[in-house]
Amino acid sequence: MAGTIAIKNGYVFDPLNEIKGERMDIFIRNGKVVKELSASEMDNAKVIDATGMTVMAGGVDSHSHVAGAKVNSGRLMRPEDHYKCYIKKTPITHSGSGYTVPTVYLGGYEYSKMGYTTVFEAAVPPLEARHTHEEMRATPMVDMGGYLVLGNNWFLMRYMKEGDFEKAAAYVAWMMKTHKTYGIKCVNPAGVENWGWGENVHSLDQANIHFEVTPADIIKNLAEINEHLGFPMPLHLHANNLGHPGCWEITRDSLKIPSNIKGKPNVDVEWAETKMNPKRHESVYLTHCQFNAFGGTSWRDFESGVKGITDYVNSKDHVVMDSGCVPFGDATVMTGDGPAIHDLYVLTGNKWSNTDVECECGSGVLPFRYLKSNPVHSVQWAMGLEVILYVKDPWKSIMTTDSPNGGPFTKYPLIMAWLMSLKYRQDTMNECHKWAQDRSGMGGEEREMSLYDIAILTRANPARTIGMAYRKGNLGVGADGDVSIYNIDPTKLDVNEYENLIRNLQNSEYTIKDGEIVARQGEIVAIPEKRTYYSNIKVPDADEKQMLEDVKEWFRYYTLGFSNYPTPERYLANPTPITVNPLR
Amino acid sequence: MAEVILRPKGNFDIMVEAEVITPDNFAGKSAKEIGELFVWQGPKELPLSHFFDVVGNGGNSPQETTIIIDGEVPRVKRIGQQMTAGKIIIKGSAGMHVGSEMAGGEIVVEGDADSWAGMEMKGGLLHIKGNTKDHLGCAYRGSWHGMTGGRIIVDGNAMSQVGGGISGGEIIINGNVENFCGIRANGGLIVVRGDAFRTVGAEMTNGTIVVCGHISWFTPGFQYQTTEKDLKFGDIECQGEFKKFSGDYAIPQKVKGIMYVSSKFNGGL
Repeated sequence: MAGTIAIKNGYVFDPLNEIKGERMDIFIRNGKVVKELSASEMDNAKVIDATGMTVMAGGVDSHSHVAGAKVNSGRLMRPEDHYKCYIKKTPITHSGSGYTVPTVYLGGYEYSKMGYTTVFEAAVPPLEARHTHEEMRATPMVDMGGYLVLGNNWFLMRYMKEGDFEKAAAYVAWMMKTHKTYGIKCVNPAGVENWGWGENVHSLDQANIHFEVTPADIIKNLAEINEHLGFPMPLHLHANNLGHPGCWEITRDSLKIPSNIKGKPNVDVEWAETKMNPKRHESVYLTHCQFNAFGGTSWRDFESGVKGITDYVNSKDHVVMDSGCVPFGDATVMTGDGPAIHDLYVLTGNKWSNTDVECECGSGVLPFRYLKSNPVHSVQWAMGLEVILYVKDPWKSIMTTDSPNGGPFTKYPLIMAWLMSLKYRQDTMNECHKWAQDRSGMGGEEREMSLYDIAILTRANPARTIGMAYRKGNLGVGADGDVSIYNIDPTKLDVNEYENLIRNLQNSEYTIKDGEIVARQGEIVAIPEKRTYYSNIKVPDADEKQMLEDVKEWFRYYTLGFSNYPTPERYLANPTPITVNPLR
Repeated sequence: MAEVILRPKGNFDIMVEAEVITPDNFAGKSAKEIGELFVWQGPKELPLSHFFDVVGNGGNSPQETTIIIDGEVPRVKRIGQQMTAGKIIIKGSAGMHVGSEMAGGEIVVEGDADSWAGMEMKGGLLHIKGNTKDHLGCAYRGSWHGMTGGRIIVDGNAMSQVGGGISGGEIIINGNVENFCGIRANGGLIVVRGDAFRTVGAEMTNGTIVVCGHISWFTPGFQYQTTEKDLKFGDIECQGEFKKFSGDYAIPQKVKGIMYVSSKFNGGL
């Protein structure tokens, strides 16, 4: 029977079910986790002997740049990223190339080899939604979805200025449905719009040009709209002033804005059985905290400002964040934050690109190389790990590299090993510029995370945070049959031998998606079907109708006609809408 | 010293990607085994013996292996790519990428070499007795990390983008060059015994460029420092009087690039 499999005797780590490395069997029937298989089903099932191995739910990446216009710009402007990194085609897989910005096919295969089965694209500009969906549709191996960039949207900023909350909410709901996207992304609120005039914003209560709304207004309104509409995930925030020394303060203050807003996800889905509450309660999901946590006042007195943010996060319950770790080596910096990219160009002299996306947002791309010998980069490496290690409760953290900004996602195994092994951190610190030691607290941090913690950071919590835990990030009955099996025996694991650990995390022994073995020891063995998730929000027809009259009138500011704006479902691979119920 | 002779048989209608032709790959192999090594030609992988008669076995090590290509191979690319030791002698002209990324050993091209010769070279000696085209000792497209070590000697002329992004090693061209010689250089030495057309040293931040002939259009971002006579860089000598410039100040980064230009042939400067 297709999608039916028994995984015997593995050490299972399933944090949402509080399973901490117990030896047990996992059964999957027709692509879903079940309690057991009948004798006749067992006869036909594929049986995997996972004795001495680690079994987790398939990895979930809740923030990665893998599809869309700026990702493709990154490919186009970097031939040097491709000519030494390529794979040949096989009877079932395509050829591919690219180290920091791989082609869609290679990207899907690389994720699957590491045991990941779900990836969410971090920034979809509305006008580029079709392009993004075309690339997501072509990315094999992983279920996907994307976050819609709305932090500098003209329509929303006008409604905010006019104080018309109902219409703003109706607009967001309509945009999600129109572009088949999943959640709200807010990038440098108010600042990207100012960048169209060569300016930025530098404080939370600085009103921007023309629209006269402040970053604080935008964050507050979007967070309220997010909970009013009942989105599965919290507001996804890329804070202002990113990448500038001293930016940690504005980041912490941004997190304070939605502190009184309660997370109220309201979706019609069938929930897998979990011991823990699988729903998020947070009202803000801060992304790539490391880039938003710079201390000091200039590059001369630059230092880690992570503690200022993690102290706040430790004392509050409404924040969850991903790390944006820096694993050294080649990266391609790409963001919806155009001015941040320009500042990096002035700093490095590297080639760069910037785009203004009509009435919506902007973006920029620049190749970057993080060096252990560079003082600032070495502090950034330490900071990315501090972001996770300083937060006491791992359920507030998610591990990412903001791929490919801090480094490509293929380096996740290095980050996991640094989090787990003090010796690995010390060995790396010894190769770094002395600022890594002097300008961060990493030298004194002795915490070593367990495989259970890693399962939280890379599966359970990203899935819970973005509202996918009803089917992803756990192995409870009813969950998707997405499993990764690593050749790591937790009873014999010595984290001082981190090279072995890294090797085993890089290539899963088995990656299983919907109950089918899709990757085995670093080789792709099957190409599964994939799904694309989006939020289908049921707002009252009357609200939508009134709002659409405005939108149609203002549409003259676009270079395309209104009827060509939406992204039809045929752009999606197996479109999977999630019904979202707003407050009445 | 073992000699492997490759005699071209033809069949070069589509260019051949022959990165297997290195002493590193030939060492320890018999003539028959060498002939069975695969190369790509367009969409097909074919054995080397489809294109060459192979005579002689490889030596015990790359150091003890000399490869002689006995004829014209202008449509065979990547000869000597990434070689670390030994010697390759090409009796005629070579295709693109000869000696690219080579780290050691020696390549002699008795005829001309096509573009990308010695691309991103790390060490060793590449001697082209004829002319070569663009991107000699340069970085790959999109990158500014070019040659880092070794030496390239061209007896004839080179065209554009000589030593683009060079950060180490030496390039000596006895003839002329065209545009963008030493663009984005951040180290190393480029000596042009003949003339250059324009944009010499554009956006260079470090390293040294010497032009012993005439530059038709001098790069504007350079500043005159002093005049020096009879330059000497290790075993490389440049006779005559030179005007010394620093630059290229056209870019916002800190720059320490040095350009020497013959006083005799550049009276207007």
